[in-house]
Amino acid sequence: MIQFSHVFKSFPKGGFALKDASLHVAKGEFVFLTGHSGAGKSTMLKLMFAEQRPSSGDVRVSGFDIGDLSPSEIPKLRRRLGIVFQDFRLLEDRTAEENVAFALEVTGSRREIIPGRVQRVLTQVGLAGKASAYPRELSGGEQQRVAIARALVNDPAILLADEPTGNLDERATRGVFQLLRDINAGGTCVVMATHDLDLVRQTSYRTVELREGSIVFDSGLDESNGADLQ
Amino acid sequence: MRLVSREALLSFRRAPLLSALSVTTIAFSLFVVGLFGLVALNLRAALRGVEERVEVVAFLLRGTPPETIATASEDISAFPEVQTVDYVSAEQALARARTTMVEFRDVYRDLQVNPLPASLEISLKEGFRDAEHARAVADRVKAYQFVEDVRYGRDWIERLDKLRNIAGLVVMTIGLAFAVVAVVIIGTTIRMTVLQRAREIAIMRLVGASDWFVRGPFLLEGALKGFLGGALAVLLSYLGYLLFRGNQIGTTTGLVFFQPVHIALIILFGTLLGLSASLVSVGRHLRNV
Repeated sequence: MIQFSHVFKSFPKGGFALKDASLHVAKGEFVFLTGHSGAGKSTMLKLMFAEQRPSSGDVRVSGFDIGDLSPSEIPKLRRRLGIVFQDFRLLEDRTAEENVAFALEVTGSRREIIPGRVQRVLTQVGLAGKASAYPRELSGGEQQRVAIARALVNDPAILLADEPTGNLDERATRGVFQLLRDINAGGTCVVMATHDLDLVRQTSYRTVELREGSIVFDSGLDESNGADLQ
Repeated sequence: MRLVSREALLSFRRAPLLSALSVTTIAFSLFVVGLFGLVALNLRAALRGVEERVEVVAFLLRGTPPETIATASEDISAFPEVQTVDYVSAEQALARARTTMVEFRDVYRDLQVNPLPASLEISLKEGFRDAEHARAVADRVKAYQFVEDVRYGRDWIERLDKLRNIAGLVVMTIGLAFAVVAVVIIGTTIRMTVLQRAREIAIMRLVGASDWFVRGPFLLEGALKGFLGGALAVLLSYLGYLLFRGNQIGTTTGLVFFQPVHIALIILFGTLLGLSASLVSVGRHLRNV
């Protein structure tokens, strides 16, 4: 599903955001990317959805070679992914259902299938009753659910989440995390960057820890190093 | 296409002030270009009036047989530069002098002998009414034995030529300068719209919209703004035209306005300006994100 082989990503002004990172994420897996700010979590995610290209090494996601991807192939890759951010990235002047429908409209879905699919994912994230609410009328947790619904509406094989609970209180965090677990249980591969170690410790999901651009721990490879997790 | 047009129209509704600003900016830029066009058009119309008076007059020797004159007239009519050849007999010349030169009316009335010669008045076709062609025709006509003298108002035709060249150059330069300014201003206003919607563009790209899908609404929006701006510019030019014509300032009584084809061209030009400014602005933005 996702394959990093000796990937380096350099900063334009020198130094590395990612150093010799190798990682394999299988279909249906749930993987945490952890580490301090600037450790390289977001860089790994950005490489996965081709927001950035590797300086060297090989990144393959859902069959696409990110280093060789032509600009016209980027939308094709992203249609197979769902992407969620800490700041939700919703359009403020559209309702929850319009925000979700937007992802279907801009990818050229047939108009007649849109309302049904929007309704289905809003129900899945528990917001069927707030379909007509604008983002400003929703709580942080609810806004993140709308963002997750938008990420899910194209039935992605992989869901990438960059600190999805970073702006949420504890209760909302639990709700959103449970939602991501449910989505994973449905067969979707989830890669979640977070520095919330309480969340990580709650489950036995695979954890990959980054420090200064290097992968220093991968529970999927070496369970014995689990104590090293900060 | 339906979605592209919906998004383009939505942007007008979402940012009415910015949209109105863009349309007004395009309108005023094109209005200035249009005004210069109008000045050029009127200058050309005025010059054409003067040009029509460009003619070569060949004065004939007394006693030239009418058949010779008729044959020569036919010959001259066949010159490529010549539009018409009119024979004015000595009597007609005197009659005309009596009516047009009122101050000499008494002199002409008391004449025993008509001092005026018969002449051929040769008018030139459009495009040949300049010093060079007038001189060429005059030289050829002078070669006829029965032609005593040829006049073609050399000095003022040359001055007319110069005036025409200078006016054309000035109008073209200033018009072009304003067109460039219009392109820059339109590009900037569209860029403002693009920046205002940078978040939306980023989201569209994240969920997998193709570049052309992202561009579509902006291009349509730019074209629409250009179209409206062009139409508004024509309206403003018309109001300006009415104002000048109403005041009848100086020699403006014979003012002309754009032909329908000119109006269509201005609006088309505005549309293309809006479209290309959008294309450049969105293209640059997409390359940078």
